[in-house]
Amino acid sequence: MSTPTTAPDAETLADRLRHRGANADAAFRVVVFGAAGLVLLALLGMVVFVLVQAWPAISHYGFFSFVSSDRWAPSDATPTATHPNPYGIVQFIYGTAITSLIGMVIAVPVSIAVALFITDVAIPWLRRPLSYLVDLLAAIPSVVYGFWGIFALIPALSPIVNHIASALAGVPGLNVVFGGPFFGVSYFTAGVVLAIMVLPIVTALCREVFATAPVDEKEAALALGMTRWEMLRTAVLPRSLSGIWGAAILGLGRALGETIAVTMVIGNSVLGINHSIFSEGATMASVIANEFTEATEPFHRSSLFVVAFWLLIIALIVNIAGKLVIRRIRGDLA
Amino acid sequence: MATSPLRSLQPGSEDRGIARRRVTNRAMTVLLAVVMAITLAVLAWVLIYVADQGLKALSPQFLTQTPPGNPALTGGGFANGIVGSLIIVGIATVISVPIGIAAAVALVEYGGRFADTVSFATDVLVGIPSIVTGAFIYAIWVTRFGYSGLAGSFALALVMLPLVIRASAEMLRLVPDVLREASAALGVTRARTTLSVVLPSATAGITTGVMLAVARAMGETAPLLLTALGDDEFMQTHPTAPMSTLSLQIFDNAVTGFKASQGRAWAGALTLILIVLILTIAARIIGRRVSSARS
Amino acid sequence: MSMTDPVETASAVGLSPVTRADGRIDVSDLTATYHGRPAVSGVSLAIEPRRVTALIGPSGSGKSTVLRCMNGLHMTVRGASVTGHVAVDDVNIYRPGVDLVQVRRYVGMVFQRPNPFPTMSIAQNVAAGLRLGGRRRRAGARLEEVVERSLRGAGLWEEVKDRLDKPGAGLSGGQQQRLCIARSLAVEPQVLLMDEPCSALDPISTMVIEELIEQLKRDYTVVIVTHNMQQAARVSDTTAFMTVDGPGQPGHLVEVAPTKEIFSQPKEQATMDYITGKVG
Repeated sequence: MSTPTTAPDAETLADRLRHRGANADAAFRVVVFGAAGLVLLALLGMVVFVLVQAWPAISHYGFFSFVSSDRWAPSDATPTATHPNPYGIVQFIYGTAITSLIGMVIAVPVSIAVALFITDVAIPWLRRPLSYLVDLLAAIPSVVYGFWGIFALIPALSPIVNHIASALAGVPGLNVVFGGPFFGVSYFTAGVVLAIMVLPIVTALCREVFATAPVDEKEAALALGMTRWEMLRTAVLPRSLSGIWGAAILGLGRALGETIAVTMVIGNSVLGINHSIFSEGATMASVIANEFTEATEPFHRSSLFVVAFWLLIIALIVNIAGKLVIRRIRGDLA
Repeated sequence: MATSPLRSLQPGSEDRGIARRRVTNRAMTVLLAVVMAITLAVLAWVLIYVADQGLKALSPQFLTQTPPGNPALTGGGFANGIVGSLIIVGIATVISVPIGIAAAVALVEYGGRFADTVSFATDVLVGIPSIVTGAFIYAIWVTRFGYSGLAGSFALALVMLPLVIRASAEMLRLVPDVLREASAALGVTRARTTLSVVLPSATAGITTGVMLAVARAMGETAPLLLTALGDDEFMQTHPTAPMSTLSLQIFDNAVTGFKASQGRAWAGALTLILIVLILTIAARIIGRRVSSARS
Repeated sequence: MSMTDPVETASAVGLSPVTRADGRIDVSDLTATYHGRPAVSGVSLAIEPRRVTALIGPSGSGKSTVLRCMNGLHMTVRGASVTGHVAVDDVNIYRPGVDLVQVRRYVGMVFQRPNPFPTMSIAQNVAAGLRLGGRRRRAGARLEEVVERSLRGAGLWEEVKDRLDKPGAGLSGGQQQRLCIARSLAVEPQVLLMDEPCSALDPISTMVIEELIEQLKRDYTVVIVTHNMQQAARVSDTTAFMTVDGPGQPGHLVEVAPTKEIFSQPKEQATMDYITGKVG
């Protein structure tokens, strides 16, 4: 076999180093790190520029006057009057909180049940198709959920809700929270829709957590003569609590920001806090979506930016908290 | 008299305790299965309801015509929204995909403290309410240049960006290190190695991620309210003017009082769901082919 | 640790010392660390041109690390650093300002597991180093020439000449490894580093590659890391034995000598213990 011979006067290394210039790696590095930097810029920019747009209203009325009043009456605003603040946003914070709470109260137990079913109860070959189907819930666009909510969910909920309202009518305290009349659009309806939208995320995270329960511990439990449910209760659920928490927090973060589906089924009543979950209301996201393009009153649009600012801060806090919890759990597992 | 411990294994001699535990176990299994079934039933309910309502008003003209001037009239369609969606999401994709892949390269191929910070920021960006993203774009662009399809694209690009980065980073991490080493050992620069060896290996997976991001963008409405504004009546193809999308048009028409408009909105909802589902399922199929090819 | 004078070695085996320094590596007092922890320390070694030098020793002794320091691949890991000199044909490659990318075209490497690029065909794999690097683009017919020449040099041409456009991953393990060798040869290096090239292969493929190494040393300097002493005895002209004193300690060079010598009359006890299987 003849092998190629390298020519006796092949370039020495020293010559090669002399001839070549710098390679393009430095420029490439700059480009990709620049792209990465844009992400940071966008995040910071959001906080900064939303605040900038909110500034006229903040400097006019004072920063904390927004969160100390639940009266949102743009028509009362004049260019000069600074007190009282007609743009009180407390009812929107309340609306966001209550709809998210209802959504999580429904979604978290259901997610745990579904995740448990998929990871530990279902026949193994069903796991992938079931997971896909649940994830499909996340693919349905928000506006479609809202639309379906109005025309399909509300008529189905009405008889049930009216039953509950009339059954609790005589109970002091509860008849305020669960009081009628129910016109369909309400905090409760929004909460139910949110639950459906948030379910896939919470389920996916719970599935991840349950799937990492060590097989040895599960087998040890079964070997002690436990039924499957008892095994789940001892070897899977207790160690998964912090993971479930993390999933719930991230689901909450998603629920806080949901806009369109909520706008369509909540009624958009901005007059104040309504105490019954079956009454109409508004959330921070829904009032922005609803009033932004027609915000012509003095400081109206700027006040909507104040709402956006608070929504951003709350969403950031919840999401970062959720991320840290998940990160710590993943770190413990790794 | 002591009873043999093996007694309880003989049939007919079970004490109440084990029977109760068995019942509980059975009940819980049934409960979990029922909850699973309810969840699937809700999914089916939404899809079937939309399909049912949508099919009533879906027709070829729905895809090719704009709405009639009088909202109470039936007929016409959402052609302007569909075209608008294609344009706005298209521009958003063109913006977010190169930036997203480049950022992912920085995170995976280079790493470091800065990259870790960006990685965290990316995850945070995913959780930002999209209405706030729209407000941000309004603040920096619409205040200067007015409502436009382009502004809508910027908002959607911001929504898509973290998704593209996450998917790309995951795919890049899956490329075995030995390939990078082999390329380096040949005296190929980092840049060329990434572009010609690493990225081609990750292409299919990245495509999957991009498709899912596009599906997400097609369904977004809230940020577009504050940026693209929408134009329900006329076909608009110039990105510098306000433009409608399918999602916006569904929203605008769904909340009117007119039955005919709502009918069109249902057809739109069906169309949108079909587009999103096709993208999602196609992405899954490609994704599955990628991971089985790898193993 | 003993170090042999290269001139002495050359004349001792009856060859005139090579006057053009083509493919010679001089390692002096090399210490390589990862995040401050040394993996090898104080290694000094001369790699003769156009010879096969084997690095043997127990696992953890740092043989692969030393090999990777010879083409700068050690530096691609985050947190890695090097003190000492590695001079390739009198150029200290760790001097600031030296472009390691260029060094790697001069000093090629073949890895333990064959790693053809999965998205490329056989011909594209062989040509990859040329097509992806440097400003001198070689197009068309010249590229075909180089591909054929390299595949012949790796002893693979006859087996794949009819399927050059098929994926590189479709070959057997031994063929894939020869493909990787061809790929390295295509950029015309002077030195070929081989990191346990046969350990993932079957005995027949191993034999084929060992025969190939015999051929390759006519035109290239070969440095091969192997955990298989018999292989070192079979293919190499010079053998260097490295060891590590305990877990967490850096590896170090014990002895380097012509292969026949080191396997029959090693100067150090540690070498003797390793060769006779007392430690390992």
